Amino acid sequence: MTPSSTLETLRTDKRIVIAATVIIGIALAVLPFIIGSGLGNSWLRILNFALLYIMLALGLNIVVGFAGLLDLGYIAFYAVGAYLYALLASPHFGLHLPVWVIIPAGAALAGIFGALLGAPTLRLRGDYLAIVTLGFGEIVRIFLNNLNAPVNITNGPQGISGIDPIHLGGFTLAKPISLLGFTLPSLHAYYYLFLALALFIVFVTIRLENSRIGRAWVAIREDEIAAKSCGINTRNIKLLAFTMGASFGGVAGGLFAGFQGFVSPESFNLMESVMVLCMVVLGGMGNIPGVILGGILLTILPEIFRHGSGPVQLAIFGKILLDPEALRMLLFGLALIVVMLYRPAGLWPSTTRRREFRGDSTNDELKAGE
Amino acid sequence: MSYSRIPSMTLAIAAAVAMIGCGQKEEPKPAPAPAPVAAPVPPPPPPKPEVTVQLGHVAPLTGPQAHLGKDNENGARMAIDELNAKGLEIGGAKIKFVLVAEDDQADPKQGTIVAQKLVDAKVSGVIGHLNSGTTIPASKIYFDAGIPQISGSATNPTYTKQGFATAFRVMANDVQQGKVLGGYATKQLAGKTVAIIDDRSAYGQGLADEFEKAVVASGGKVVTREFTTDKATDFAAILTKIKSKKPDVVFYGGMDAQGGPMTKQMKSLGLKAKFLTGDGGCTPEYIKLAGAASEGQYCSLPGVPLDQMPGGKAFGDAFNAKYGQIQLYAPYVYDAVMVMVDSMKRANSVESAKFLPEIGKSDYQGVTTKIQFDDKGDLKGGAISLYQVKDGKWEYRETIGGSVVAEVKEAVKEAATAVKDAAVATGDAAKDAMKDAAKEGAKVAADVSKDAAAAKAAVEKK
Amino acid sequence: MDIFIQQIINGLVLGSIYALVALGYTMVYGIMGLINFAHGEVVMIGAMVALTVIKLLANSGLPVFVIILLALAAAAVVCMAVGFSIERIAYRPLRNAPKLAPLITAIGVSIVLQNLAMLIWGRNYHAFPPILPTSAHDVFGATITTLQVAIVLIAALMMAGLIVLIHRTRLGRAMRATSENPSIAQLMGVNINQIISITFIIGSALAAVAGLMVSANYSIAHYYMGFMLGLKAFTAAVLGGIGNIAGAVLGGILLGLIESLGAGYIGDLTGGFLGSHYQDIFAFFVLICVLIFRPSGLVGEKVSERA
Repeated sequence: MTPSSTLETLRTDKRIVIAATVIIGIALAVLPFIIGSGLGNSWLRILNFALLYIMLALGLNIVVGFAGLLDLGYIAFYAVGAYLYALLASPHFGLHLPVWVIIPAGAALAGIFGALLGAPTLRLRGDYLAIVTLGFGEIVRIFLNNLNAPVNITNGPQGISGIDPIHLGGFTLAKPISLLGFTLPSLHAYYYLFLALALFIVFVTIRLENSRIGRAWVAIREDEIAAKSCGINTRNIKLLAFTMGASFGGVAGGLFAGFQGFVSPESFNLMESVMVLCMVVLGGMGNIPGVILGGILLTILPEIFRHGSGPVQLAIFGKILLDPEALRMLLFGLALIVVMLYRPAGLWPSTTRRREFRGDSTNDELKAGE
Repeated sequence: MSYSRIPSMTLAIAAAVAMIGCGQKEEPKPAPAPAPVAAPVPPPPPPKPEVTVQLGHVAPLTGPQAHLGKDNENGARMAIDELNAKGLEIGGAKIKFVLVAEDDQADPKQGTIVAQKLVDAKVSGVIGHLNSGTTIPASKIYFDAGIPQISGSATNPTYTKQGFATAFRVMANDVQQGKVLGGYATKQLAGKTVAIIDDRSAYGQGLADEFEKAVVASGGKVVTREFTTDKATDFAAILTKIKSKKPDVVFYGGMDAQGGPMTKQMKSLGLKAKFLTGDGGCTPEYIKLAGAASEGQYCSLPGVPLDQMPGGKAFGDAFNAKYGQIQLYAPYVYDAVMVMVDSMKRANSVESAKFLPEIGKSDYQGVTTKIQFDDKGDLKGGAISLYQVKDGKWEYRETIGGSVVAEVKEAVKEAATAVKDAAVATGDAAKDAMKDAAKEGAKVAADVSKDAAAAKAAVEKK
Repeated sequence: MDIFIQQIINGLVLGSIYALVALGYTMVYGIMGLINFAHGEVVMIGAMVALTVIKLLANSGLPVFVIILLALAAAAVVCMAVGFSIERIAYRPLRNAPKLAPLITAIGVSIVLQNLAMLIWGRNYHAFPPILPTSAHDVFGATITTLQVAIVLIAALMMAGLIVLIHRTRLGRAMRATSENPSIAQLMGVNINQIISITFIIGSALAAVAGLMVSANYSIAHYYMGFMLGLKAFTAAVLGGIGNIAGAVLGGILLGLIESLGAGYIGDLTGGFLGSHYQDIFAFFVLICVLIFRPSGLVGEKVSERA
């Protein structure tokens, strides 16, 4: 029995659901302490980045997985969120707005950018859409990189440093928090914040998936003309997909800026967009647990190779034969290929997609105009 | 850094204490480090014969700048090998240095992950990173952990302006170098009109901006400012535009991989202006890539040429024999390691908290220059040497700056403008107070952690 | 005026380079409807192999022409082998998979090729040995080198050759049939696996030519060079209408001209606000405008609504 269908049956039994929720909840709550003391803080930091990438992947999943619109410039929304946080909470403009103002503002602004991208591209499909979104992502990055003259808005390639860490009430997450004689280290505090927001995004996505809107997205993905003839306003629904997806990216971006304390345009290049897309596709497009899995895996895999590629060679051959860093990326590339070859629909595909994939799908894929 | 950190400093110190508490390697105490609490530790037993000291090194080892990253790593490796061959003794124990080399892919996010990894690995000090973009976010992590960091190639002024007592660099920053280059272009090269190109990277843009200021200040005219990227190969369009403005000098802020082909294309387009570039283009690769067009062009490197430094030539020869041609920053990284180890010697300890204050007091004769730090951790003096291609080789022309008095004045002026530039609200007083607090913190940390006597001595010295 | 002519020439040369690479993208897309994201890396492999051969033979006393031909032959053979293997390993098993699966394997292949190249050729930039004549021709006060003339001519020749191949030969007819409907083509006796392999091999041979030309023109080769080049060429192919041979060349030339004239004149026209730092934006901006009005590129066929 495959994992997702197991889930399906489990979902029906309420007691099991509650028990599972409690167990998962406890596991997630103690995870940072296990990782922090067992593997070290660097893994905790990686875990935090994994949570950020899960948010990104879930956002992109709405656009690519649900609505079937291939977006190669998704990182632009992450950048918008990050830069908004950086501009509103750093010495750059001398503004220090609180986080509960900036993060929603970031989500809203990213959403507006999403609509801006969506509007002119409504007629485009497939690979044409991919290249336009790619161009959009590059345009945002290039503007961020160059808007230091004539008026210095983004500080150009130098980036913005000294960004305020995230404050919640009277606490700053940059320092260990002492509460009732219990000290919470900074990385742990960030973990809980990121986890909370990631769970919120998961919740929103699940609700969306099973709503009218979610079904409309899937209908558009499957057949736009049929969807239209069923009375779906495809224009608005597509724009909504771009906007919702983008706003998740904006949230993740704001958190990234606060966590990192420094943003510069090089963090938002095309490769980042491609990586987020890989997470969505490799995990299982359109399936929320799959996308989460993809996000975790692609964040952690290169780090495992980083830790492993040198020592393992030493253990096997007694010396370093291949440059460990080149080997690390080589293995990462190979992993992408192998996973896709053996699980073409992703590691954990949604049930509908798996059905589709098992069925007839010979002629559609090869067809294209010459 | 305008928001007030001072009240929360105590917290940071507590963290630093905790980190340092289990941070030292040389302390020959019972093997497992205590939990992150600065618990009292039994009096040190007699020293063991050999102690391993880990030094971190970070640079991009994959991606487009991997060749420079590997070069940096080789520089560090060379220093480590030499030190191990010499068999240093610090604090009564024989020291074996181990280099923990990491790849940050020139990506700020990876930079912080790797920094955390090094902190977890309890390295005594960090050499790097290569790029300013990764060095700046990482420096905060090292600062929080109380681990000293010396970069041999991050030139962005922001790096040392953040007020981190742990951040140092053994390379002139963009302001220092841009200023000298701008003066050189207008005076020595007699450039009345200058065209500027930069690659829109933090390094290239920073240097070009400072260059532009200096050219204007010394009466030159900037006829056009053009841009490319650090991945471009075709510069015909911007060079043709520059040609129409007929400048005397073309300045490029960027790396050799673009500078070389750019020079070549200048020649084939019939653009006869002199070409001048900063340290990023000052490599043998530049000459190879530009071919015959490189003849007569100029570049600058911080410091003094290897040949003129005691031990410099020997270093160059040994490096070339071992790793092949020096790419760019290897000598600076070599110096960075040496400065750090020199500080350990003077502090008679390999414990971060103890030798950190000594780094600031360094007066070390490196292979690139005489290394002293100002109160921000920038290289004091900052002599810049200029080179010109002759018969397919970089030939030394002259060294500008470097006299200490003039440089101190300069540094004060720079600090003033820097403060203004950044529009940092906090006054100098606050900054100083913060720095003192940080130093104090490091000392307190040292104190609490173990060697009370040594720490007291340090405080007295201060 | 000579400056303007020079900018046109610059754009033409740059555009021809984009066109050479774009042809490879468009070939594969035309037959399979698949973006071969690893094509840029195949170009890089071509450049590296050619460079290695030229370095080896530079002092052999052979005439320059022979060295170049040998280098090209070696590069073509290696690239063909690489292209063939990529298709067999990473694309063929996924032919009936969801559309995005081959995109991910392509990215994987791209990462693998890059890092393999790094292991083989090292991290350093390689300078192209100066064996080619650098003589420049004067055209109304502007200059163009012999090599650049050759690049423009080769791009035009390649395009013509491919059009003939696809529209005038048996192989071409089989290719068109495969592209139109693979299952029916198979019923008609076309060995579609073979046709697709041949397409990849031809595309990779084109990549070898492009690789040699690019590295010779800019006298530089590097294991990372394929990425930007591939991206620009892909943009060019889409601009022209991906899948269309003439479109790829048209798109390439247009992209080159936009970049060149954009960097050359827009800065002064906007008072320095939009200078050459927005060079890449001009291209994307034009692309978006074109696609809004012609959603399948300049000369591309209308894509079916269910593509």
